[in-house]
Amino acid sequence: MTEQQALYKYCTQLGDNALIQSYRLAEWCSRAPILEEDLALTNMALDMTGRAQLLLQYAGQLAGKGQTEDDLAYRRSEPEYSNSLIMELPDDDFAFTMVRQLLTSTFEYFLYSALTSSTDKTVAAIAAKAVKEAKYHMAHTTDWVIRLGDGTDESSRRTQQALNKLWPYTEELFETDDAHKMLLAAGIAADVNKIKASWSEHINATRTAAKITMPSDDYQHSGGTRGIHTEYLGHILSEMQYLQRAYPDAKW
Amino acid sequence: MATETEFPKWEVFTQIKPGANYIHAGMIHATDKEMALQNARDTYTRRGEGTSIWVVPSHAIVASNPDDKEMFFDPANDKIYRLPTFYVMPEGAKAI
Repeated sequence: MTEQQALYKYCTQLGDNALIQSYRLAEWCSRAPILEEDLALTNMALDMTGRAQLLLQYAGQLAGKGQTEDDLAYRRSEPEYSNSLIMELPDDDFAFTMVRQLLTSTFEYFLYSALTSSTDKTVAAIAAKAVKEAKYHMAHTTDWVIRLGDGTDESSRRTQQALNKLWPYTEELFETDDAHKMLLAAGIAADVNKIKASWSEHINATRTAAKITMPSDDYQHSGGTRGIHTEYLGHILSEMQYLQRAYPDAKW
Repeated sequence: MATETEFPKWEVFTQIKPGANYIHAGMIHATDKEMALQNARDTYTRRGEGTSIWVVPSHAIVASNPDDKEMFFDPANDKIYRLPTFYVMPEGAKAI
């Protein structure tokens, strides 16, 4: 594996995480509990789409096969997608969405903070944009998780249920492979061990403020980054890619 | 009309550039200050309209009574000497 191939893998993974999160957030459009939150969720979805576009565009350039960001988003199948599994899980309710977004946005805030000093200039530039967005996503969801967790009996129960269900998918965010190791040595990728310490601190502080307990089950799922996905990704892609699959290169 | 499940209303004021007056942008619903600021940000500054936001609980706004309109505003109508239109403008002065 060359450094360029490793960077392709890294950018695709970050891009896929953004794209699949965007899809799930956009599903709330017109369905959020209040109009203002509808705007907030779709704003976040748009931030993620923009981030996916930049990362997949760069990945396409690195691959050198003339692929655009659209080719990568709409012409790859499940095994070629490398997003973490937590991104593709369907939303049970608003508490689930807020807890997931807290877990992923906190991770992304520390990840992109670190990547602003990447030795790869394009990665550093994308990170400089993403870190501002992630900081807001983290603040917004932190407040909501505390409000819901420390709210009514029902909102507390739903928040606890969401964390119990999502927790077994959090370890995968910190997985590394050979590509990561090569890029870390070159100063291009971020050190996930350092990110994990900051992430745990923020999540635990938020969980304590929300009066939510740590799930006891320590089993952790894995596979997304290697292309082994849950059944849900197939459903996402079949809808998201329908147009490009049915009418390749359609223009309007 | 407010219902039991509706969040309290807040008035939103945005500032376009540092030093400029805050201008009423509209209103939003929120249960606390943090949510009010975030909802105002998401509702009224998505196209780069702002550098700063104020949010004020709508119930904290004291409004004049429309019935008092004559008493409040009509007495100013015949006092044109309060307007600065009697001065001769120096030629070339622009920022007045």
